[in-house]
Amino acid sequence: MKNQIRIGCGAGFSGDRIEPAIVLAEKGKLDYLVLECLAERTIALANKRKMADPTKGYDPLLERRIETLLPHLVKNNIRLITNMGAANPIEGAKKIIEIAKKQEITIKVAAVSGDELRINTIDGISINDLKVFGNESFSLEMLKNEIHPEHSLTSNSQLLISMNAYLGIEGILEALQADAQIIITGRVADPSLFLAPMIHEFGWKTDDYDLLGKGTVIGHLMECAGQISGGYFADPIKKPVENMENLGHPFADVFADGSAIISKVEGTGGIINLQTAKEQLLYEVINPNEYYTPDVIADFTSVQLKEIAQNQVRVTGGSGKQKPKAYKVSVGYKAFWQGEGEISYAGPTAYERAKLAGDTIEKRLKSQFEEIQINYIGINSTFGNWWLSEAEAPIPEVRLRVAAKAQTHADAALIGEEVEALYTNGPAGGGGVRKYVNEVIGIVSVLVDRNKVLPQISIFKS
Amino acid sequence: MNKEDMNPPLGVKGMKLYDIAHSRAGDKGNISTLSLIPFNETDYKMLCEKVTIEKVKHHFSGIISGEIIRYEMPNISSLLFVCQDALAGGVTTSLRIDTHGKALSYKLLEMEI
Repeated sequence: MKNQIRIGCGAGFSGDRIEPAIVLAEKGKLDYLVLECLAERTIALANKRKMADPTKGYDPLLERRIETLLPHLVKNNIRLITNMGAANPIEGAKKIIEIAKKQEITIKVAAVSGDELRINTIDGISINDLKVFGNESFSLEMLKNEIHPEHSLTSNSQLLISMNAYLGIEGILEALQADAQIIITGRVADPSLFLAPMIHEFGWKTDDYDLLGKGTVIGHLMECAGQISGGYFADPIKKPVENMENLGHPFADVFADGSAIISKVEGTGGIINLQTAKEQLLYEVINPNEYYTPDVIADFTSVQLKEIAQNQVRVTGGSGKQKPKAYKVSVGYKAFWQGEGEISYAGPTAYERAKLAGDTIEKRLKSQFEEIQINYIGINSTFGNWWLSEAEAPIPEVRLRVAAKAQTHADAALIGEEVEALYTNGPAGGGGVRKYVNEVIGIVSVLVDRNKVLPQISIFKS
Repeated sequence: MNKEDMNPPLGVKGMKLYDIAHSRAGDKGNISTLSLIPFNETDYKMLCEKVTIEKVKHHFSGIISGEIIRYEMPNISSLLFVCQDALAGGVTTSLRIDTHGKALSYKLLEMEI
């Protein structure tokens, strides 16, 4: 058993930059590299790609990431843990093997699957097994209605896209014990990607909830990669960050007692200090006394942070209690088509003309659309009308945005068409029209009993 | 309290939370989480006194319609506001431009104290 391991985090979301992960793999002296690439909706979008082509459905950047990282991982003996499998970890693992063969590299890859659930009699899951999560403003009845106006949730529903449980450490632990060098998963709770190697290397018991809570705190601090090293933090006036363009992603030296020192590769841009660590500790936390993961219910209220050197923060404390009895499940469904159109007005009376355009569009469309949103970008598009003050100086330019929900692509397209028609049917001087139509995937969260979900691993060798 | 009451008297520049604290917004479904972290830890007690749930509710009226819970975290001298019904139905199906409510952190920092 080791007393200390180094885990780097080279990606905090599906579209994250690739370069910082390469720097970590090349110069970070890592034992483990984690790439966290799944947001709430990512897996539903991935499932749509899988439905179109059964060999796809893993992260769209998987090839580029693995092709550039693999030589460094092998040379420096770093194990990779990633949820880039998204909706199809098995095909993702096969793709990694294909890349390894091309590079004449011998490697063992494990795919962790079992997160994907289906509501049907074969899998033994019925709508009654799902329980609404937390205090969210929907009920299971509403979920049924959202999925289909009259029918219950079924596996052949045209509207249901995906149903994935957030797995914990189980599958990853088994893969680590099987000596896999690369572990690619589907939906796994983000902190579990970090907690699994700690348990594996330190020999922590999986019911030692105090240590699991501490490890989860470290995983939570790390999971958004650049968000603890100056990304999503910088403010040139109050929180300056140097060398932003070369922002380094973090690594953690984790110790067997559940403490850690978070730092980054020397010479990279960004900053790690008390401020960045505090912002990330509280990020997306809905109850710091009880932070639910599939592995533990962690307590953040006893965490201590200390700056011990430049770009080094020590994390101690944190605790945990018995893991929850249910898994959280994300349900992805086709919600609606969103139509959008934008047009700019500038110069004297920019706002007045934009407002006339917005009012005109609203009158033209309101009989056809239940929910229309009119924004004046530069004035009230993020905070609403509260921001708009009559006493403000003349506004140099305003961009009008119109968005609405529709049932079909054709109906959604009407929004942009009406905005474009403002050229010859609206106020003077409008320009720069852009039109968008997007299918919107909605996500709702439910709970399902643990015994309905079975994590499993598949091993592949090059 | 009407809007005028929230503004400082004419000619006096009011202090904003931005001057002494920083914040990060996060999202979970239709919930927005807003941290409030003083640059100087000695300001934590003052923030606890001044940045009440009622004041935050008023500040976000028209944007956040649900219940707001405030967690005090003396271990890191920070506050956390967990706001229900804050994201126009939720990050995945909202028609807002900033569907995640990322900018709400800076809205909080605009508050005058």
